[in-house]
Amino acid sequence: MKKLLTNDEFNSVLLNLSKEYDIYAPVTLPFKGTFSDTDLVKYEKITKLEEINLKDKSYYSAKEILLPIRQTIFYFNENEFKKPEGRTKKALVLLRSCDLHAIERVDNIYLNNKFADEYYADAKKMVKFAVIGCPGKGWESCFCASMGTNTTENYNLGLTFKDGAVYTHIKDEELNEFFNNGKDEEFQMEFVTENVEKVIVPENIELEDIINDEMWRDYDRCIKCGRCNFVCPTCTCFTTQDIFNRDNSKTGERRRVWASCHVDGFSTMAGGHEFRQKSGDRMRFKVMHKISDYKKRFGTHMCIGCGRCDDACPEYISYINCINKLSKKLGDNNE
Amino acid sequence: MSNIYMPEKGEILSIVQESPIEWLFKVKTTIKPAPGQFIQLSIPMVGEAPISVANYNHDEEWIEFLIRKVGKVTDAIFNLQPGDSIFLRGAYGNCFPMDTYSGKRVIVVAGGSGTAPVRPLIKHFIDDENTDIELIFGFKDQESILFKKEIDEWRKKTPMILTVDKGCGIDGECVGLVTEYIPHLKMYENFDNLEVVIVGPPMMMKYSALEFLKLGIPEEKIWVSFERNMSCAVGKCGHCKIDETYVCLEGPIFNYVKAKKLLD
Repeated sequence: MKKLLTNDEFNSVLLNLSKEYDIYAPVTLPFKGTFSDTDLVKYEKITKLEEINLKDKSYYSAKEILLPIRQTIFYFNENEFKKPEGRTKKALVLLRSCDLHAIERVDNIYLNNKFADEYYADAKKMVKFAVIGCPGKGWESCFCASMGTNTTENYNLGLTFKDGAVYTHIKDEELNEFFNNGKDEEFQMEFVTENVEKVIVPENIELEDIINDEMWRDYDRCIKCGRCNFVCPTCTCFTTQDIFNRDNSKTGERRRVWASCHVDGFSTMAGGHEFRQKSGDRMRFKVMHKISDYKKRFGTHMCIGCGRCDDACPEYISYINCINKLSKKLGDNNE
Repeated sequence: MSNIYMPEKGEILSIVQESPIEWLFKVKTTIKPAPGQFIQLSIPMVGEAPISVANYNHDEEWIEFLIRKVGKVTDAIFNLQPGDSIFLRGAYGNCFPMDTYSGKRVIVVAGGSGTAPVRPLIKHFIDDENTDIELIFGFKDQESILFKKEIDEWRKKTPMILTVDKGCGIDGECVGLVTEYIPHLKMYENFDNLEVVIVGPPMMMKYSALEFLKLGIPEEKIWVSFERNMSCAVGKCGHCKIDETYVCLEGPIFNYVKAKKLLD
């Protein structure tokens, strides 16, 4: 079903939806950015159109709605473990095409990598996705077109905000009832067709051909802060932690917390032995996961081309340049 | 769908000191592991750690773990007494391909605490008339020798070289690294019927494998066991990933053909 709604009509849809759904979208949080005078764009609950930031790319992705930064696995006391209730209200997430592809990447790890993760599966059942278009060629560091994630059909709701109105494509029947207002209107979802950045991903890379390459030493300047991992919509690693209550040390919880392959300690084993001590080797490990390892396992590249890693790096390390450099190098070698 | 992160309670049946730093914990549990697998042992309020299975009895419902006090979780385990509770989930990982080894000649090279994960395998084959096994065990020094009583029993039943890295050899022992003794093994007439298992510190596994390759043993006949940092043990947390391989899912036992390509 396709409908054309005025902004006011769309707001009344959001109001009705929010009774049943938590609606998440990119919003601007003033002065919450990295520097004193900068804003932060991230996913938050919204109830009206005016709260949504449609102009900028969100710094963090929508993944934390399904995979929270800190998630309780179970509470414990002296006698028992108790799983927390999890999400009780349904959610509708407004996100870009690339970020929806990212959710599919995360699904592979959390649902299809031999074992299924109950916490993620339960959350996923409660969430619907509304795809929103991107302006023009996307943003400065976007390369979704190179990764083939610029378009998608796999959404519950498609939204195009244009000329003070909202074109909606309602694919999920459960959402039909909320769109009684507005008029029927045929339209095509508008997706990015071309980005400023173009990335050529080398195919069928053998790790042994590049593991000792000098290019990785350029990345030893990485300060191992892990920002690139935390803003990445497809990074899924975590570390388990036990936390106990100060008042009663016999009760507490086991949590999982986002982890990063760039941050010290990620591969450290009991006794202190550590793999990939140099930052450049960690860059190589991440890059190979995004454009080679994951594909060998699941058939698609893990990277979805959002470019958030480039936006977030305090050392101005460019993942995009790294991929293109690698591609050129392997191309040169093959000639 | 079952909750893969929820541990179950086990009871510590006994604790035996094996070396100055390693203790053997016997735990009552209904979990039924296979040789080479590992269990996530945990203590609420402290955390979880992957520990390889050092022995088990499915009928009597117990598993043994050889534990070295090297981290937060193992420190806490060392404070436990028989009768105390400990929590387990698993068994995880693949296991030694016992069917592949059955009926063949199996060389087991183990170093230090690497003797623990091969112990169920040795126990399985030591009295098997169809399978011949030959053992090389290497320890740092005499004090570090593990499973002394069993080693004496195994020595009566099968060829064995026991070596310490330094110090003087006592009765029946050699001095030096396991790699020095690999060429002295007895069973080199027929490579087709041979399988080699190497478990120990990474350097020891690497150079032992190279030594067997030098002797002409094909790569596909060599098996190693990897140890990695793990948090979930079920292919989610990413800590143990090497290339496209998750050690917790596809390992810890790898054939050398695969293992030599697993580069960190």
